[in-house]
Amino acid sequence: MKIRNVNSQYIRGIIITAEKNIRIYYAKPPVLIFGIIFPLFLFLSFYLGRKIDFNVFFPGFLAMSLFFAASSVGPLITPWEKQAGTYEKLLSFPVTVNTIILGDVIAGMLYGIIINIIVLTFGLIFLAYNVNVWGLIFGTLLASFCFSSLGVLLASPAAKSPSNIMMLSSVIRFPLIFISGIFIPIKDLTLAGKILSYISPITYIVDIFNFSLKGTHDISLAIDFIALIVFSFFFLFLSNRFHKRNLLKGL
Amino acid sequence: MTEKIIKVKGLTKNFNKLTAVDNISFSVNKGTIFGFLGPNGAGKTTTIRLLTGILIPDSGEVLIDGININNNPIKAKMKLGVIPETGNIYVDLTARQNIILAGRYFGFSGKELYKKSDSLLDIFELYDRKDEPVRTFSKGMKQRVNIASAIVHEPEILFLDELTSGLDVNSQRLIKNIIKDIHQKGTTIFLTTHNIEEANQLCNEVAIISKGKIAVIDRPEVLRNTFEQTRAVEISFNINVANEEIRQNNLIDRIERAGDRLKFYTDDPDKLVKYLVNFSEEKKLKIISLEILKPSLEDAFIKFTEKKSYEN
Repeated sequence: MKIRNVNSQYIRGIIITAEKNIRIYYAKPPVLIFGIIFPLFLFLSFYLGRKIDFNVFFPGFLAMSLFFAASSVGPLITPWEKQAGTYEKLLSFPVTVNTIILGDVIAGMLYGIIINIIVLTFGLIFLAYNVNVWGLIFGTLLASFCFSSLGVLLASPAAKSPSNIMMLSSVIRFPLIFISGIFIPIKDLTLAGKILSYISPITYIVDIFNFSLKGTHDISLAIDFIALIVFSFFFLFLSNRFHKRNLLKGL
Repeated sequence: MTEKIIKVKGLTKNFNKLTAVDNISFSVNKGTIFGFLGPNGAGKTTTIRLLTGILIPDSGEVLIDGININNNPIKAKMKLGVIPETGNIYVDLTARQNIILAGRYFGFSGKELYKKSDSLLDIFELYDRKDEPVRTFSKGMKQRVNIASAIVHEPEILFLDELTSGLDVNSQRLIKNIIKDIHQKGTTIFLTTHNIEEANQLCNEVAIISKGKIAVIDRPEVLRNTFEQTRAVEISFNINVANEEIRQNNLIDRIERAGDRLKFYTDDPDKLVKYLVNFSEEKKLKIISLEILKPSLEDAFIKFTEKKSYEN
């Protein structure tokens, strides 16, 4: 038996959990196709038949695609694993609940990044942006991590079936989009609207994407990045607490 | 002195108002097969989850080879192989992928891991179907994949929760033989079961748990001998006889019925046999079979768990 350093074993556990999730849950043709088709339908529903300047609309659309991709599968992994009886087996391996949470987050984050690269590529082909590469890279990485953490947090309630989690997931994720600055620029919102928009982590990535693609932003970039980091830690903290509290439910 | 590989001190776990495990303490010697017996709902699975670090106790501690599993779960779990009661393998993965996945969590990789996995697939008679998704397997085959993935890292302690429950006879026999082989190589085995015969066949030491408390811990033969005074006589007549007709006798402690057979617990089997022969003549019954039974582990189990129920 190989007894490794506990820290390296911890990191190894995260990587293997992420790989396992990608192989079992993300690398399935329906999930991949959904990941690509969903932004396409979003685009069609928001853009076709309306007089929207796509140059203005695209950063928000990119943020929305990233949000949906990174947070879509995460809420379902734990309920699926509990239903199949594999969650208990997973916990018996040399891992902790945190290892599993971070593995789930990394898998969702990578999926979000891949879908975002595809959407971004199409955007850059058809639109003439003067791109700030670093803003795009760091913004995508951080926001994808943040949204995936939210997805994993949504997996923590003691729901008996994945369909219940899906309902909860929709109830929480859709309002976060509507209160963000995707549809109306933050500067045009009322005071109440502005306050509400700051509650949504999507607001900050929209601002980062606006800066990275159009060169304009409504909030300080430093605040955008700090807010995404704070939201990520907040979601991870809550995930840890709720996953531990509801550990046995559904096993 | 025998080395204690598992030490449990004052372990308690409550679920709201229910105390599932109530201040239990025991230890397991290295290299033994330790049976943890109890009726459904006695606290067996909760205990195994506490021992393997899946659950955190409300009080008490579990030491795995001297390591506190709650303070240092990763290090302690490296020494464990766990086969929980239900499901537990990824049905979308192949048998080989399941074993390799488990091996990777325990620090193995590359050719060494592939070699180990192929060797296990061979031992578990699954090599020919190693690349098929587990969803196409029977329950017995899935359980074999489950066990193979739990022992790929050659654990020092193997926890088995209701090992053969619901399996066909061939799978049960194969799994029991493999468990015996693993034990012979020096692995300590902690087995929870409500199957008395399984514990009787496999275990060196047995603990009986009832309502979250340990009623007794000893070797199976010692537990059986504890009840040497209480013997049983099993009889079947050509027609069914109501328990009440025979119960009018102070020789009989308890009656159990299984099909057409009646089992009488008594302190004096010799007198009871004579009484039953006389009874059959009086009632003009034919005795189909008559046997004096040795005390079994099941008797000990019933006695101890009943005693615990009365105490509670």
